[in-house]
Amino acid sequence: MSREDIKKRIEEWEAGPVAKTLSKNPERKDPFVSTSGNEFKRAFTELDLDQETLFEETGLPGQYPFTRGVQPTMYRGRFWTMRQYAGFGTAEQTNERYKYLLGQGQTGLSVAFDLPTQIGYDSDHELAEGEVGKVGVAIDSLRDMEILFDGIPLDKVSTSMTINSPAAVLLSMYMAVAEKQGVSKDKLRGTIQNDLLKEYIARGTYIFPPEPSLKVITDIMAYCKENVPSWNTISISGYHIREAGSSAVQEVAFTLANGISYVQAAVDAGLDVDEFAGRLSFFFNCHNNLLEEVAKFRAARRMWAKIMKDRFKAKSPRSMMLRFHTQTAGCSLTAQQPDNNVVRVTIQALAAVLGGTNSLHTNSRDEALCLPTEDSVRIALRTQQVIAHESGVADTIDPLAGSYAVEALTDQIEEKSFDYIQKIEDLGGVVRAIEAGYIQKEIADSAYQYQRAIESTDQVVVGVNKFTVEEEPPKNLLRVNPEVEEFQRNKTKNVRAERDGAACEEALAKLKRTAVDGGNVMEPIFEAVKTYATLGEICDTLRDVYGEYTEAG
Amino acid sequence: MSKKIRVLIAKPGLDGHDRGAKVVARALRDAGMEVIYTGIRQTPENIVTTAIQEDVDVVGLSCLSGAHNVLFPKVAKGIKERGRPDTLLFGGGIIPLEDIPALKESGFAEIFLPGTDTNDVVAFVKDRVG
Repeated sequence: MSREDIKKRIEEWEAGPVAKTLSKNPERKDPFVSTSGNEFKRAFTELDLDQETLFEETGLPGQYPFTRGVQPTMYRGRFWTMRQYAGFGTAEQTNERYKYLLGQGQTGLSVAFDLPTQIGYDSDHELAEGEVGKVGVAIDSLRDMEILFDGIPLDKVSTSMTINSPAAVLLSMYMAVAEKQGVSKDKLRGTIQNDLLKEYIARGTYIFPPEPSLKVITDIMAYCKENVPSWNTISISGYHIREAGSSAVQEVAFTLANGISYVQAAVDAGLDVDEFAGRLSFFFNCHNNLLEEVAKFRAARRMWAKIMKDRFKAKSPRSMMLRFHTQTAGCSLTAQQPDNNVVRVTIQALAAVLGGTNSLHTNSRDEALCLPTEDSVRIALRTQQVIAHESGVADTIDPLAGSYAVEALTDQIEEKSFDYIQKIEDLGGVVRAIEAGYIQKEIADSAYQYQRAIESTDQVVVGVNKFTVEEEPPKNLLRVNPEVEEFQRNKTKNVRAERDGAACEEALAKLKRTAVDGGNVMEPIFEAVKTYATLGEICDTLRDVYGEYTEAG
Repeated sequence: MSKKIRVLIAKPGLDGHDRGAKVVARALRDAGMEVIYTGIRQTPENIVTTAIQEDVDVVGLSCLSGAHNVLFPKVAKGIKERGRPDTLLFGGGIIPLEDIPALKESGFAEIFLPGTDTNDVVAFVKDRVG
């Protein structure tokens, strides 16, 4: 049937049966538009796709532009990595949780650090008061890291660490633990988040201003290329941008814009694009709108491939592959009727798998209330296992490809996201756009609109603004023992007392000289860590040289 | 013409999650109040000083990191000690129900939890201050 004939048929359908039904029963909304501004048509058809370019734009799995996935066999060969973000209290407690998760069939580790660790303060710093061990594990020195991975062979697991400003320090500690285990650096597999731009935009655990931050990131890339070749040196994260309230389109646009900045910084520092781009990884959120989320992942992969090929002239296909981790949307969890969150997480996890995620964290039902209990974490992990082993969606690659709706949404997201990236370029790039408050404001506006939509019940949240019930207060919540803080402080005091103080001071002095001279700080940080210099001492040394970032007022 | 209600929304501690704080600040502003938002990573001392300098009627604190039991009472104590015990204090975030009585004891009039309608926050402030 020709496009003209199809068009005619659609017009007749709209004028006939559709109009007749609408005259009796109007639709629930007019129009149906997602929070990203994507229009959901009554029924997408062949006319919404460009048949001329469809194959070129989707291609085959493992081939440019990677719309359908980065590997030729995807989950038919191996499922995505099931990687639950975990950490709380002391290294001793968290080590136990890791051993439990590995015993339950989890295939990779993901370390949550507490806020003082993430911001480069030791547990006995005054600003750490009340925060030690709360949102993750407290790590002050190599001693803590040795305990955290005790009995876990580092050549057998891959480890993701959610660490940004002090990423060089935590990676160094990990390498030092490996050295003690007799594992060489080239055997280490894992990821450091190391994405500072989104810290200024949405997450807040910055230490240094943008310029030295980008310099340290580039140092890490250069060091790992030589010494830790299988390590993912950055995880460019849309997750927190989405949690802060962005739409799906903004999540893709701002994340890829950040990615462009990192690649440009490394190229400007003299690195060859194909030597480091293959070690870049990404991290996305997955919210409830299943079709839009699937389209988002597909669009992001295609966009990154085009950016790397056309803009940065990458030659290696590996450099063009957007490999990503997904976490289901924490902000979608409700404190009301928390068991319903299991269903939300299932939909989101399914979308991530249909979108071709390379690894996945599923949130636990109780996370709007507290840190997850062991029971809740098990259900979350089981959700992934049911999708993998029972649902059948992993048996054919990119199963929604060719769906009129999903392909049309993929195109819409790509177009809107490239428009946003252009706007940011027009403002002078990401750093300028952050300094001007543009990106933060765009996100805050979306967050406020979403809240308004909930309050007007345009957006129904089951159990919150509709289908509510009187509830008993939740029971059996996990609490971090307040004694953790004192225990941790004492441990770190002992480390300081027992170490070779002179060697430690010498290592820190060397780090300072290197930072002042503009040299690569990775090696001196690695040496300092091995003398049991603490995270806080190392970060203070760099604060003295680089200064500290403060939010624009 | 009645004087506009002045509100300080603040983020004590190291927690960077300020979506809720910003949404509440904007809702109060839309309801006709003058709202100052401190930004993230403020010490309790900073917050107290800002509250006094800005001569606010209301201070709202947000914390999602679990440090509320340490940080919230410090702000309450500081404001009392600086001679402004009539300041209306409220809080919000991921706060276990069992922690709420002690926070109220320390001077907080209300603690809002996830899923709160901003209209309820506006009504609460207007009722107590307006």
